[in-house]
Amino acid sequence: MRSLGNIIQLGIKELRSLWRDPALVLLIIYAFSANIYSSAMAIPESPHRASIAVVDEDRSQLSGRLLDAFQLPYFVPPVRIDQAAMDAGMDSGKYTFTLDIPPNFQRDVLGGKQPTIQLNVDATQISQAFSGAGYIQQIIQDETTTFVSRYRTDTVLPVDAVVRMAFNPNLERSWFGSLTAVIDQITMLSIILTGAALIREREHGTIEHLLVMPVTPLEIMLAKVWSMGLVVLVASALALRFVVEGLLAVPVQGSIALFLLGAALHLFATTSIGIFFGTVARSMPQLGLLIILALIPLQILSGEVTPRESMPMLIQVIMLAAPTTHFVELAQSILLRGANLAIVWPQLLGLLAIGSVFFLSALARLRQSLQ
Amino acid sequence: MSAIADIKQITLRYGKTCALDDLTLSLPSGQMVGLIGPDGVGKSSLLALIAGARKLQEGQLQVLDGDMRDAAHRRRVCPRIAYMPQGLGKNLYATLSVRENLDFFGRLFNQGSQEREQRIALLLASTGLTDFIERPAGKLSGGMKQKLGLCCALIHDPDLLILDEPTTGVDPLSRSQFWDLIGRIREGRPGMSVLIASSYMDEAQRFDHLVVMDDGKALACGSPDELLQRTGTSDLEQAFVALLPEEKRQNHEKLVIPPRTADGEIAIEAHDLTRRFGDFTAVDKVNFRIERGEIFGFLGSNGCGKSTTMKMLTGLLPSSSGEASLFGKPVDPKDINTRKRVGYMSQAFSLYSELTVRQNLNLHARLFQLAAGYRDERVAELIETFNLAEVADSLPMSVPLGVRQRLSLAVAVIHKPEILILDEPTSGVDPIARDAFWALLVKLSRDDGVTIFISTHFMNEAERCDRMSLMHAGKVLASDTPEALRLERGKDTLEEAFIDWLREASDPQATPDAEAASPTPQVVSSTARLPRFSLRRLMSYARRETIELRRDPIRGLLALLGSVFLMFIMGYGINLDVEDLTFAVLDNDRTTYSERYIQNLSGSRYFVERPPLVSHADLEQRMREGSISLALEIPPNFGRDLLRGDTPQVAYWVDGAMPMRADTLRGYAQGIHLNYLRSLAAEQPYTVSMEFSKVATRYRYNPDVKSLPAMVPAVIPILLMLIPAMLTALAVVREKELGSIINFYVTPVTRLEFLLGKQLPYILLGFINFLTLLLLAVLVFKVPVKGSLPTLLLAGLVYITCATGVGLFMSSLLKSQIAAIFGTAIVTIVPAVQFSGLLHPVSSMEGFGAIIGELYPTTHFLIISRGVFSKALGLSELYPFFIPMLLAIPALTLFSVLGLNKQEK
Repeated sequence: MRSLGNIIQLGIKELRSLWRDPALVLLIIYAFSANIYSSAMAIPESPHRASIAVVDEDRSQLSGRLLDAFQLPYFVPPVRIDQAAMDAGMDSGKYTFTLDIPPNFQRDVLGGKQPTIQLNVDATQISQAFSGAGYIQQIIQDETTTFVSRYRTDTVLPVDAVVRMAFNPNLERSWFGSLTAVIDQITMLSIILTGAALIREREHGTIEHLLVMPVTPLEIMLAKVWSMGLVVLVASALALRFVVEGLLAVPVQGSIALFLLGAALHLFATTSIGIFFGTVARSMPQLGLLIILALIPLQILSGEVTPRESMPMLIQVIMLAAPTTHFVELAQSILLRGANLAIVWPQLLGLLAIGSVFFLSALARLRQSLQ
Repeated sequence: MSAIADIKQITLRYGKTCALDDLTLSLPSGQMVGLIGPDGVGKSSLLALIAGARKLQEGQLQVLDGDMRDAAHRRRVCPRIAYMPQGLGKNLYATLSVRENLDFFGRLFNQGSQEREQRIALLLASTGLTDFIERPAGKLSGGMKQKLGLCCALIHDPDLLILDEPTTGVDPLSRSQFWDLIGRIREGRPGMSVLIASSYMDEAQRFDHLVVMDDGKALACGSPDELLQRTGTSDLEQAFVALLPEEKRQNHEKLVIPPRTADGEIAIEAHDLTRRFGDFTAVDKVNFRIERGEIFGFLGSNGCGKSTTMKMLTGLLPSSSGEASLFGKPVDPKDINTRKRVGYMSQAFSLYSELTVRQNLNLHARLFQLAAGYRDERVAELIETFNLAEVADSLPMSVPLGVRQRLSLAVAVIHKPEILILDEPTSGVDPIARDAFWALLVKLSRDDGVTIFISTHFMNEAERCDRMSLMHAGKVLASDTPEALRLERGKDTLEEAFIDWLREASDPQATPDAEAASPTPQVVSSTARLPRFSLRRLMSYARRETIELRRDPIRGLLALLGSVFLMFIMGYGINLDVEDLTFAVLDNDRTTYSERYIQNLSGSRYFVERPPLVSHADLEQRMREGSISLALEIPPNFGRDLLRGDTPQVAYWVDGAMPMRADTLRGYAQGIHLNYLRSLAAEQPYTVSMEFSKVATRYRYNPDVKSLPAMVPAVIPILLMLIPAMLTALAVVREKELGSIINFYVTPVTRLEFLLGKQLPYILLGFINFLTLLLLAVLVFKVPVKGSLPTLLLAGLVYITCATGVGLFMSSLLKSQIAAIFGTAIVTIVPAVQFSGLLHPVSSMEGFGAIIGELYPTTHFLIISRGVFSKALGLSELYPFFIPMLLAIPALTLFSVLGLNKQEK
């Protein structure tokens, strides 16, 4: 009872301090609005506006049709170039793809000779290289088939295949992108706020003052966890409602309340990490570096950039200890696939377990560092 | 007599508070001029204005015969002014040694190495600091810090020396040494004017000319004798009170301390109390017994262990050996109940500066669990008793120091403790406020029986204690009533007795040294005309930043090892070869034909098969769970329709939640289907070939289409943005938060020199970082540099300059360290990772992200890095990508310069 009062009071104190730093408040607002919007919108379709150039040595009706087939938004209209310009264009990164259509291509196709088109791919453009090359092959295949079928009729396929996209029929990038952007802001802000608040109390000597009062390290820590967690939770709820559902028009499938429960557990873990860093770092500059070192793997290896299953086994196992891994999975399931509690309870449990471990070790460090 | 400073109708406001109110005043030159007056009457503000550290709002100010509004004049006279701000060691750099601090200031004033050495030697000799030349400033005692601060101020032979409460918090011995030193310096430089704010009236006696200030106005000016005559008083303390306006004087009564009736109960006891930090013994076998209701004084030189002893009594610090007990019970830091009986006030203000006075009181009332009904009453009572009503809704930092101390005391007694431990509570507080403060203490002691354990540097306060201890170098030298102590040494005043004790006990080396060095701190060469832009001043900041970086090796190490760590994470973690995807099959046909189709899929190395699906509902559920990312549905009668030539249709369901993976899955599904068709065609000659043309795909620059060679050249630019930017981000804002920015305000260094000087060391560190990453790429990741290495190195240098520029911009713009960390994370992580072409080419982006991507330096360095690493290119092909970065550097620098003020607003 006494403890609870202290925790609430100290938490309110944290909220008041935050409010006194208008630049920080502005940055938080920016992070949860413009930053989410721009990073969700920036992820292009794959391929999206890919640049392609064609060396057309055939100049036939068919080669003309091929060129017309590359259309926006997937490709910017192809440029006709000559052989010499091809290498220079690829070297400078001007063209990601170049096609070389050989002479007499149309004649050979109709003659059943299976002529070969050369496709050069800039493999340094890693995300477009593979899927783009697949698209281009598909387009060439389709166009020649349609072209030929006007002359020949015996082209019925023995088996047909349809590919349907569940949960996101048009594969809108912004759906997933907005979600990961929200998660990134949550993780980043909560770690920075708690870690830096602790260092600031130490640099300004106020933490020592607290310790001569009937207040325990546990209360100090819980106060920071709830207050900073609350700030981030409210910011993310607003961002979800107004930016993700509003501006970006992402049709949220599942229960937002369930998502926020997950977010609260995630925050329990990340705020504890923040406090842990606050006890490890000796000064703000060290804390700044530690935060970068933690944020990057938490984001990149959590499965929000590339699928988890494709990572090396060791990394997959290690990343099970990271809260973001579970939170990304949970957020995806709830918001995009409409999953309910019956489905996501393992992630919730995982977050709770991770949060508890981080919380207890941060508490132990805090007790130790205050001695 | 000419004026050193001519003040005409100056008004200065901080928000609603008025610090200086239409002040008109002329300060004579060539004299010691003292500003005296209660706290918060505008003394510090006036000094900061004269020093040029603070921006003028209204009125005219002429200093050294020129207008201080005129930037050109400020630049001209700033080498002739020296300013020592309030606060122990405020203008010093704690991690730098004594010599390095002095050297830094010498360089700022453009002195050559020989001149600097001479000056440093002379200044140190005359202050007795020579033996401590290699000691970091942060580890000096308060008195030594102030002497060093003075040396730093005097290094350039100023014509005007401005000292803001230079001896506050300094022990009597050091204080008398300090004033002797000033006296000797003035003998050597008779023309020098000295302007001092002080709250010690005995010091004011030494000054030639005094200005008594109150409420932003000057009440009286004149020599000390004139003031005494005018007021008809015998000492300045009384004269000061007499000069105050009527209503302020009313509250002031001569403090009378009623005698104490001892009851013999022991409240605080220390027995052989000892505390060691490593080899250093801060407190050495200290013993005392303090009775209940006693006021016990604790005196001693700076750093003698007073604060440490007090911290052990409160349980903040565990003792190394010996015992401390409160109310007969040993001190137990874990015992929350003892804390409720003790009130503690630490030396530095440690309440929350973000909360108002009332909010601070309320918070502590709640933390001490005052009953809900009683809480408001108690807060109101304290506001009344401690005279805080006027400032109840102000922030602590906007009220005068004395008021702040009253607030701290109010907080310390809010729960009516039985013991009060007060660590220099009246440091920097003016005489009237100190008397009021003591009146409160006396009331607590005599009326409420509160035991008070107090440390102080003021002798008149020590005289008010029932008993006191003299402490030096961790040991108690003597303990008794003040009167007995004075008599023991046979001196006229307690101060003399005290100094006598200290001299005897202190290191016999240090003191004589200070006196022996004869006072001619005049150096041969005078500073040449100061140039508009000086490389030496720039390098001075660069050197200092480098030394600070070197003193904090963890930071540099974190930067280097951290980037290596992140390179591994990103190199291996960002793997676009999507593999081990999970799938399951809903086979409604269950014939050899359908099984054959399925084999096509399960045989692929990209897929891992999960148990078959039983129904559509099952398919939906498993998809929703995320346990499969691809489902294949084979219709009933698949085999029959295939044989009949009826073209059966299989359906693939792809989990579209993660579009990137879904795209790859779609490609794989189409490929698998095509494969199946081919294998059908091969064994059934009657069906026609499906392919009319072939596509030969060549993956250039990375023929094996491996992620690693594609990732490594792209990861380097990302890391070289994140880490150098974060390193630089705190460079300026940290000085703002910790106060040393004042040196930038009052020395001739320009904004450009300051910023570039700060940036240089980080560029160097960033470049070392870059080389480490290059070696790692080539040796560990086996990604060779195919193109021109010099081009890459040059581009790296330009790019790192941009990256540190980004951090510096955030640092000069923002005011708190938290905001700077957060801001830098925002402006680096998202643009570098998402908008700069790491995963998606910038040409394919749209909107805001595309604009950022086009402008952001990472985009351009990424192209250069990929060009040199993978495409074997050199400068002739890549020079266009240097141009945007080369333009970004001056732009960023310009923004940083504009974001930084040369004066405090």
